[in-house]
Amino acid sequence: MNYFLNFTCCVFFVTMGCAQENYPAIETPSAINYSFELVVDGIDIPWGMDFINESDLLVTELSGTLYRVSDGIKKVVLGLPEVYLRGQGGLLDVALHPEFKNNNLIYLTLASSLGDNPGGNTSLYQATLVGNNLEKVSLLYKASPNTKKGQHFGSRIAFDEKGHIYFSVGDRGNRDQNPQDISRDGGKVYRLNLDGSIPEDNPFLSSPKAKQAIFSYGHRNPQGMTVHPYTGVIWVNEHGPKGGDEINKLESGKNFGWPIITYGINYSGTPITDKTSSPKMEQPFYYWVPSIAPSGMAFSTSDVYKDWKNNLFVGSLKFEYLERLVIEGNKVVKREKILDKIGRVRNVKQGPDGYLYVGVEGKGIIKIMPL
Amino acid sequence: MKIIVLIYLLSLGIFSSLLFQNKTKKESIKAGSEIYQDFCLQCHLSSGIGVFGVFPPLKASDYLLENTNLSIAGIKYGLRGKIIVNNEEYDGIMLRQGLDNEEVADVMNYILNEWGNKTSAFITPNQVSKISKSILE
Repeated sequence: MNYFLNFTCCVFFVTMGCAQENYPAIETPSAINYSFELVVDGIDIPWGMDFINESDLLVTELSGTLYRVSDGIKKVVLGLPEVYLRGQGGLLDVALHPEFKNNNLIYLTLASSLGDNPGGNTSLYQATLVGNNLEKVSLLYKASPNTKKGQHFGSRIAFDEKGHIYFSVGDRGNRDQNPQDISRDGGKVYRLNLDGSIPEDNPFLSSPKAKQAIFSYGHRNPQGMTVHPYTGVIWVNEHGPKGGDEINKLESGKNFGWPIITYGINYSGTPITDKTSSPKMEQPFYYWVPSIAPSGMAFSTSDVYKDWKNNLFVGSLKFEYLERLVIEGNKVVKREKILDKIGRVRNVKQGPDGYLYVGVEGKGIIKIMPL
Repeated sequence: MKIIVLIYLLSLGIFSSLLFQNKTKKESIKAGSEIYQDFCLQCHLSSGIGVFGVFPPLKASDYLLENTNLSIAGIKYGLRGKIIVNNEEYDGIMLRQGLDNEEVADVMNYILNEWGNKTSAFITPNQVSKISKSILE
């Protein structure tokens, strides 16, 4: 009898697991129309990167090193603020100020233990890059309270065309308190002016208890963020629980539902909620079943690659490939594996030369070239 | 007088238990289970079986069960490069997670005694403190 029950349960769960794979199924292309080249090597976890020009870029390594790579030569940038290493936390994203050419300013997100409580939380810094040194390092935002939890620091940085910087902070392993409470940090995307001040049209300025930097909430752990090339809307992807990774298009003041609504379940297989939608919460633009563990995200807008223009590219940490998503209308119509089995893909960006650059764990930065 | 002595002894007992928080093995395993949920589960999974060829198993893992000190060092300092676990090669990176010695001891006691793993050894923070990075080289 026991055997029969076990068997029935197995069949039930296996069937459920298969039936729920989200459309469109991932494809492996029959012909490979690209090659690749390792352009920066010797970086364990190349978490973030940004380009000063085609042959000069900044790369963060999670363990707390910022590199400047000029003409293929990698040098350590000195003057970083103290980085809190714990679990998924460390040195996270780096981004050049939109006017970097005139002011040499850069932004960094990193885990920091500043503040009273033990532990750490995500922070946003601004600094001036002078050669291989950081000067005038200033803290623009520090999420609080600190916690010794190892999960969900976020974080990515993006800019819109109106002089704002956006950055994400994950729920810091406290899903029941942080994501749905706008008086608390964590599980949010934040929007600031480029000098760190609060924009006058941020959505929660009239709520006295709210963190005024919040732009959207109800997020779990957003680690991919990019701006849509035509609409200017900020797109994020976030790690969900098992089967609940999402792409979301951000809108001011909107609630993206975590953990009240989700398509995912706990890693242990137990449910989190029976709801996948709610009238006051946003639906994802796309969700992945099974989870791919999405990292960096970028649109290809150049004419470098045949047929890839305006496609969305997302790194998969779990399945070790770069995913190409073809979007038509308001739907993902095709998904394809690029660089299959390359290693854990941590980040992807389009360089100023229009090529795609991919951060791969244990390798470094890879440049994709059309054949 | 007797009462004063009794109170003195009692408070001495309470203070010393607060000062020297020596966990029992059971308490350490329980604390280690929470550390595991936070820091390890995403790769090694709640079943401890990992992902074949990508994240090595902890359940019935010859590497873990036969190389206690190397395993401690891996958690304490991070581990990179090739290792062989149950005849399969793994060539990845496990980052240093920023755990203190007590947390490393707790999570070691947990993974050494979960999923059918069994060991008589009891890892202490003191033992973790003595493991140097050089044994990984």
